[in-house]
Amino acid sequence: MTVELVLFYLFGSVAVGTGLGMILQRNALLSALLLVGNFFCIAALYLLLQQQFLAVIQIVVYTGAIMVLVVFVIMLLNLAEDHPRPKKNSMQYSIAVALVIGFLVELVYILMFTDRAPAGFHPEAGKLGTVESIGDALFNKFMLPFEVASVLLLVAVVGAVLLAKKRLP
Amino acid sequence: MDLSLLLHDTLAIGPISLITLVGLVVLTIEALHNKTENINCWISLVGLAAALVLSLVQLPTTGTAFSDMIATGGYASFFSAVFAAAGLLTVMLSKSYIKKQSIEHGEYYAILLFAIVGMMLMAAATDLVTLFLGLELMSLSFYILAGFVRRRNESNEAALKYFLLGAFATGFLLYGIALLYGSAGTTHIPSIVGKAGMLASSTMFLIGCGLLLIGFAFKIAAVPFHMWVPDVYEGSPTTVSGFMSTGGKAAAFAAVLVVFAPALVRGVEPVRDVLAVIAALSMIVGNVIAIAQTSIKRMLAYSSIAHAGYILVGVIAANSYGAQGVLFYLVAYTMMNVGAFGILSYLESEDGKNVSFDDYRGLSASRPTLALLMGIFMFSLTGIPPFAGFFGKYYVFAGAVQAGYTWLAILGVLMSVISAYYYLRLVVLMYFSEREQDAPVIAVPTSGLGMAALVLSAIALLGFGIYPSVVLNFISHFF
Repeated sequence: MTVELVLFYLFGSVAVGTGLGMILQRNALLSALLLVGNFFCIAALYLLLQQQFLAVIQIVVYTGAIMVLVVFVIMLLNLAEDHPRPKKNSMQYSIAVALVIGFLVELVYILMFTDRAPAGFHPEAGKLGTVESIGDALFNKFMLPFEVASVLLLVAVVGAVLLAKKRLP
Repeated sequence: MDLSLLLHDTLAIGPISLITLVGLVVLTIEALHNKTENINCWISLVGLAAALVLSLVQLPTTGTAFSDMIATGGYASFFSAVFAAAGLLTVMLSKSYIKKQSIEHGEYYAILLFAIVGMMLMAAATDLVTLFLGLELMSLSFYILAGFVRRRNESNEAALKYFLLGAFATGFLLYGIALLYGSAGTTHIPSIVGKAGMLASSTMFLIGCGLLLIGFAFKIAAVPFHMWVPDVYEGSPTTVSGFMSTGGKAAAFAAVLVVFAPALVRGVEPVRDVLAVIAALSMIVGNVIAIAQTSIKRMLAYSSIAHAGYILVGVIAANSYGAQGVLFYLVAYTMMNVGAFGILSYLESEDGKNVSFDDYRGLSASRPTLALLMGIFMFSLTGIPPFAGFFGKYYVFAGAVQAGYTWLAILGVLMSVISAYYYLRLVVLMYFSEREQDAPVIAVPTSGLGMAALVLSAIALLGFGIYPSVVLNFISHFF
């Protein structure tokens, strides 16, 4: 077993574990924290695939920004500890079960019955994921869209402040 | 990107760089000083006038910039000029209006300018990435402007409704772009159009086109994606509604004509059929519902849906007649609708009243100049010569007949006849009806700048109507 394989199994199992924990945990805040752990493990898996940029973005965007938002919402809403369990015979419940079974069948089908011979690791794939190659693309070919995106964000920020804070006459 | 190339490309997209810069300057001044409304208005006016001149100067030289992400000159410059002109008229009309509505903040001008930048990017885009970012920049600015009168519930409703539905439409557009990229292997628009004939049998390509069409139909306010239009136009500040319905529509049509270029529409039969249905429905629904309106603002909103239908006929025609007709129509429509909304904003009271048909009874007696100008805009919207609105319709319908879509042209003419009822009703009310004795006369302050904008649009309508070649000379070599 190579080091990579060991790391893959380590992070993979922790990712599955935290994922399961998130669903099974009844405390919303703990559930959110477990999701953070899950995101970290996924980021580590990206690193193993030599996608450094994606790994960093995964942590910055998901664990950094989105999860903070989720935690904020949980705290603002002040969810009760003993949230009632969904009724077993409700419409929602049966649809959920049907979807889960459908997804499971799909997974089994793909894993068992389709040809999944590994295409091998593309020699160029490692280079694509680096910060360097993405920076290169952003500041050469995609220079203009990159700059326009900054104007777009500026307008969004100004608009948000304007609509939320400007004093009413 | 090396520095000299960067400088060269920045100058090549001059109007866009200039308006962005002016927008940033206006924002900075607003942040640093109090009581900046006047200076910001004038800075915006000068910036827009300079951009208009620059666009016309750059028009003869065509090319691309920023590694083929954006086109310069020609088609792009023509639309830059249209947006700069629409922005110029809107800013002139806005000055007194936003003061009356007590929303006189410098950010109003900054966001208006950024909306114009978005429009220019849409018209100039040669890549779906640029197109999408331009569209979002424009839409985001409009969401904010729609909700600018925060104390009025209608304004908040307009902003929220527009935002939610707009975000939904953006989703469709983006998914369509992804599928187009998947099927064509590129986001470069001319390459996609070039491969259209080959891709016409690919299901993924057709679904991509369909989703893109939904996104665009929302932005041009075509049936069945028009539900937001009346409420948003009615609730937004009137000058903003005028700008949305002209600049926003023109920008969306500029993008439609780039992506659904004549070559693509001719090559992909399903796209053409769907467009024909959308155009026919827009003309029928827009015109029929407009008849029943009592508020002029809502009437103009439904008429805007109908006009989207007329203009789409030119896109369906997919020949040089039709495409040139679309451009000419957009110029004429910009002038007449900015004018019509301008008069509404001029006569509107502080609390958003005085915009119904009944309020305009006997206007010719109390405000003869405004009544005359409104009459000109209404005649032009109906499509009566010698105003520019007539030639817009003429070219679009002539293109459709040439392309074998005679039924669409006939439907369009019939619907124009119906539209005469509600446009000319306003003229009749203004000139041949007495004001009710007990109706309160609303005193509105006169504004020289606003009046100048109205007169300018009326002159342009008459001028382009009598000498359409002034515009046609610019656009004859685009298609």
